[in-house]
Amino acid sequence: MNKIPLIAKREFLTRVQKKTFLLTTILLPLLFFGFYALIIYFSVSTDEKFKIAINDDVNLFKGKIESDNNATFIFVQHQTTQSLKQAVENGKYSGYAVVPSNINILDSITIPVVTENAVGLISRGKIEDKLNTALEQQRLLALNISRSQLDSAKRSANVQFSNLKGKNNSDNEQGFSAAVGYVSGFLIYIVLFIYGTMVMRGVMEEKVSRIAEVIVSSVKPFQLMLGKILGIGAVGLVQFIIWIILMISLNFLLPVIFPHLYQQMHSSAMEPGSMQAADAMHNSGFLSSLGNVNFPLIIGCFIFYFIGGYLLYSSLFACVGCAVNEDPQDAQSLMLPITMPIIFGIVIMSKAVNEPTSGLAVFGSLFPLFSPIVMMARIAHGVGDVVPLWQLLLSMLVLILGFLCTTWFAGKVYRTGILMYGKKPTWKELWKWSMRKS
Amino acid sequence: MNILELHHLKKYFATQKAVDDISFSIEQGSIFGLLGPNGAGKTTLLRMITGIFYPDEGEIIFDGNKFDALTDILKIGYMPEERGLYKKMKIGEQVLYLAQLKGLSRDDAMQKIKFWFERMEMQSWWNKKVEDLSKGMSQKLQFVTTVLHEPKLIILDEPFSGLDPVNANLIKDEIYGLAQRGSTIIFSTHRMEQVEEICDHIVLVNLGKKILDGSVQNVKNEFKENKFRIQLDGVASITSNNIFEIADEKANSLTVKINEGFKSNDVLKYFINQSINIEAFNEILPSLNEIFIQLVEGSKAVTRSFQKV
Repeated sequence: MNKIPLIAKREFLTRVQKKTFLLTTILLPLLFFGFYALIIYFSVSTDEKFKIAINDDVNLFKGKIESDNNATFIFVQHQTTQSLKQAVENGKYSGYAVVPSNINILDSITIPVVTENAVGLISRGKIEDKLNTALEQQRLLALNISRSQLDSAKRSANVQFSNLKGKNNSDNEQGFSAAVGYVSGFLIYIVLFIYGTMVMRGVMEEKVSRIAEVIVSSVKPFQLMLGKILGIGAVGLVQFIIWIILMISLNFLLPVIFPHLYQQMHSSAMEPGSMQAADAMHNSGFLSSLGNVNFPLIIGCFIFYFIGGYLLYSSLFACVGCAVNEDPQDAQSLMLPITMPIIFGIVIMSKAVNEPTSGLAVFGSLFPLFSPIVMMARIAHGVGDVVPLWQLLLSMLVLILGFLCTTWFAGKVYRTGILMYGKKPTWKELWKWSMRKS
Repeated sequence: MNILELHHLKKYFATQKAVDDISFSIEQGSIFGLLGPNGAGKTTLLRMITGIFYPDEGEIIFDGNKFDALTDILKIGYMPEERGLYKKMKIGEQVLYLAQLKGLSRDDAMQKIKFWFERMEMQSWWNKKVEDLSKGMSQKLQFVTTVLHEPKLIILDEPFSGLDPVNANLIKDEIYGLAQRGSTIIFSTHRMEQVEEICDHIVLVNLGKKILDGSVQNVKNEFKENKFRIQLDGVASITSNNIFEIADEKANSLTVKINEGFKSNDVLKYFINQSINIEAFNEILPSLNEIFIQLVEGSKAVTRSFQKV
């Protein structure tokens, strides 16, 4: 009779019913978003209020600088530095700026701004921006150029990249694909670590609490191992699904809960070089590039590589868990050969994101120890052109073969290791265990 | 009928011949003692019987057929020496899980758990965790999980360690009860007084080899030294004779060793002829403890060294 589902069910339920599971699953995204919101909030809203007196003898700026709720500009004339200082000290202004009187407007101009207290980075930027925009306007006037003339001169060519198959892949799309690839590759990397070590700890717990012997007198060690791996894998999948749902709903909820904040976010995002950003949006269609990314395919592949990579690595982690005893330090040193390829994978992935067709990227996406991480980065660029279909299928096949191999190897090691107490074995000994005939 | 037969079982590890050609058989419904000093190979032997290890050589016949770990382990209950339960899992769920692993359906398992929990007065434990239990309590729990599925063969490795006399008796009674209901029990221990009390049949292993096999009574007879205890009415003046030698003398109680060629009646005659009243006369059989020590001592088993296989 097959007892793997029974074991998997226990592994799943004991973990899901724990309070820590609920806490990490639900609280983590909330916390994440809380931080995110806080950071945005603090970076966007500056409470600093400035009242700056501008001593503008030549009327360069008068009426050209608008005040807003952070900074107020007051124009004065023919004041001495001394009296301005006095005014600041008396609290009339929080600072003053002096526009030099005898200047050629086209030369480089230095405008000293003296404030009572040091000025924050964002406020400083704002003041600088305002002064510069006003100055630019004046210079254009002096050169007899209209704003629209300048704009048309500055407009850059719309350089469109496409390949021979006629598929248009604009910069934006390229960037977006790279981001999707990077994020999904990174997620898989995290998954391998979190759930791999979870499997390892589970195995160690069984060994240390000595229940392993009771269990393996009822079921085969291989069944025990596979049940554990599947159960924890299910925990991971459920956790991920909850996270994804939470993230999506929070993304929708955030603007509803903090409409004010949301607006600020948007307006602040628009400010620097807003013209260009808006231009880019219209020209190459950021939104359309969203549509061009094949999400069902990416999500499908993500789940496949998630499961494949998890199965491949978790059985190796189980190996380590069954080989060591109580000492977590032993586990650390045995884990090194497993964590190395994962880290290599992430290194190759960061290169593959930018050069998805390079030799290294192709190799990485086929080799089963790296492919879950690297292939995700390549798939985001599109299957069919960047990643030929045969490569994807081959990579999947090799991954399946890979995890069959590691599971077989781990099963053999597990059978011996789970009841072996005493000194920590080396990988060489583990290999010997796996070669031992039943 | 034999429930279990071992034929020339061998298991070699890298540095030890853990089990080296052991054969014996166990009758259905008996209580069988597997004895041996530490490191004699008992646990390895038991692990082969429970299907955890495969023997290198030899075969195991279980219930008339060749032992097949997949199906036969369901008919075996094994309580290893190193007890183990999930510490963080609730007791009720844990017992249910272990019973289901042994192939019971959920309903069957629930029914049996209820029965055993009532019997052992453990009903209030259901929602507790194992880490809340004392050592003796978890021992009791372990016993219940071992016998819950009513296995044909129950293997208990040191079942009484850590139990107080009351609970030890409780478990002992259960063992008797299980044997009466047809289960066979293998009892692995080095506590000889328990073996003497409980077991019908014993096998002594040392250094991976079987060195003694028989019923408790037979073994004792085999190792008897013709010693008798005589309780006399008065003080006897005993001259040296060729019938017996006095091993020990305490007031009116003598321990004598009968010389070869003579029988106990010759001793009685000797005293009757002296017209001394004999109040009691009985044979002293060696305790298993003495036999054990006699057999194991000098075999260097205590310091079993690593050897090349």
